[in-house]
Amino acid sequence: MSAGALTLRRFAPQAVGLGSLVFLLVAIEILIRLGLINRFIIPLPSEVIASFGRVVAEEDIMDRFWQTAWECLASGVLLTVFGIILGVAMHGLPLFRRACETWVAAFAAAPLVLAYPLFLVLFGRSSLTIIMLAFLSGLPPVILKTIEGLSATRRVLLNVGRSFKLTPAQQFWKILLPSALPTIFVGIRLGLIFALINVVGVEFLINFGGLGKLINELAERYDLPGVYASICFVILVSVVFFVATERAERWLKSAA
Amino acid sequence: MAVATTQNRMAPAAVAAPAIMVVDNLAMRFATPEGDDVVALDDVSFDVNPGEFLSIIGPSGCGKSTLFNVIGGLLGGYGGRVTVGGETISGPHHSIGMVFQEESTFPWRNVVDNVAFPLEIAGVGKRERIDRARHFVSMVGLDGFERRYPSELSGGMRQRVSMARTLASEPKILLMDEPFAALDEQTRLLLGDKVLQIQQQLKQTTLLITHNITEAVQLSDRILVMTYRPGRVKRIVNIDLPRPRSSEIVSSEAFGRYVAQIWSDLREEATRGMSDEQSRALHSGTPA
Repeated sequence: MSAGALTLRRFAPQAVGLGSLVFLLVAIEILIRLGLINRFIIPLPSEVIASFGRVVAEEDIMDRFWQTAWECLASGVLLTVFGIILGVAMHGLPLFRRACETWVAAFAAAPLVLAYPLFLVLFGRSSLTIIMLAFLSGLPPVILKTIEGLSATRRVLLNVGRSFKLTPAQQFWKILLPSALPTIFVGIRLGLIFALINVVGVEFLINFGGLGKLINELAERYDLPGVYASICFVILVSVVFFVATERAERWLKSAA
Repeated sequence: MAVATTQNRMAPAAVAAPAIMVVDNLAMRFATPEGDDVVALDDVSFDVNPGEFLSIIGPSGCGKSTLFNVIGGLLGGYGGRVTVGGETISGPHHSIGMVFQEESTFPWRNVVDNVAFPLEIAGVGKRERIDRARHFVSMVGLDGFERRYPSELSGGMRQRVSMARTLASEPKILLMDEPFAALDEQTRLLLGDKVLQIQQQLKQTTLLITHNITEAVQLSDRILVMTYRPGRVKRIVNIDLPRPRSSEIVSSEAFGRYVAQIWSDLREEATRGMSDEQSRALHSGTPA
């Protein structure tokens, strides 16, 4: 196969993905211009693209982007650390697991964001309220996936560890954790999705902080292209965190 | 050639050298989930001599895997005694290296890192352990695959990685539980050649648990035939075939006689096992 064909094959998925997005935007543009979609509900994609410069220049977008990213990072770190610790504890203590696993699963489905007034009372109208709500919303999937990953470790791998006389700590760091890592990262990614939704949602609700607050302000001004441009920055935060978790997983796998 | 059998513990070759492992009057019973008391092993006694290749063969349900776990120190609560170099086993022992029936490579480590695992645990420096691991990777014939991950290897190659990993810990006794059970017959015979080659090279004392008669005769100095439940030693057969051996020996007349001899012992036990399984299945209403 020639070098050109190899390059084409390598970048084909990205090219098809980008092409699909462009096709969708062009289709929406045409449908709006034909009057088949109400332009007061969905703005023209060309207007959204044109508004990027304005949003960046006039709305202090980078500071807001970093504030949202920082709140996501803080809640992401908290939910990873506490989620894994609690998951490991529940895996290691069967009684604790039997007592709490159903509650954690129920907690995962609870619309915690509705409790934001309580968090406002506890932590004030600050980033801490946003971080704590996002952290607690994203915690259950990390706990549940950590338990699942550790429990799914094949017995034969643990027996290999026993046959080499591993200490319980070595058994955990060298076998249990690396074996559970892919499942734990599924939990972390789910947790981060919940966290990001809650960060932006609570910023919007309490009109405080980064991109959520900006979306709120732009919506109140009925600046729809600006709202959609800001949503693109929220997606950018999500992409940054997904790439970071993917890198972290790869690095941890090679280090195990 | 006459088929030599013995009921004694010691093989003739081992009279001069003291046994490296002694299994003395081993008994193991456990309760089934239905509450029945099952005697898995009863009065199992045998010795293993230094450098010897001993296979333990028996029908399904004769307690082979229980014996593997007891000798490997993974299972306690048994009666009798297992000693290695005069030391009673009370848990996993550094002199015994285990190769498991199930695929047991670490999927997150490449071949050389899998093999280097016991050396890493022993605190050997990175450069030295990689060098030593490469030596064992080469010994099992996986040169060029050092950086591959288990998911990129065939079942036979993965079992060779497991074997190399166990050999890297330089055990006095290599304990294997049907390591080639999941492989096809041709791969199994060829891997048998590799095992013979390694055993000859390292003078490795090896204890193989298997249900495959051909494999047992191809590889062993002695074969211990077990009875169906409760697992007891039915007979120990000395395999007086020339060494070095290869898989070509399976076509020899003497090989065929050994296989026939062991099958006649095993057939009786396997038939008993099958009848027992069927009657229990009828009793419980579940398929055998």
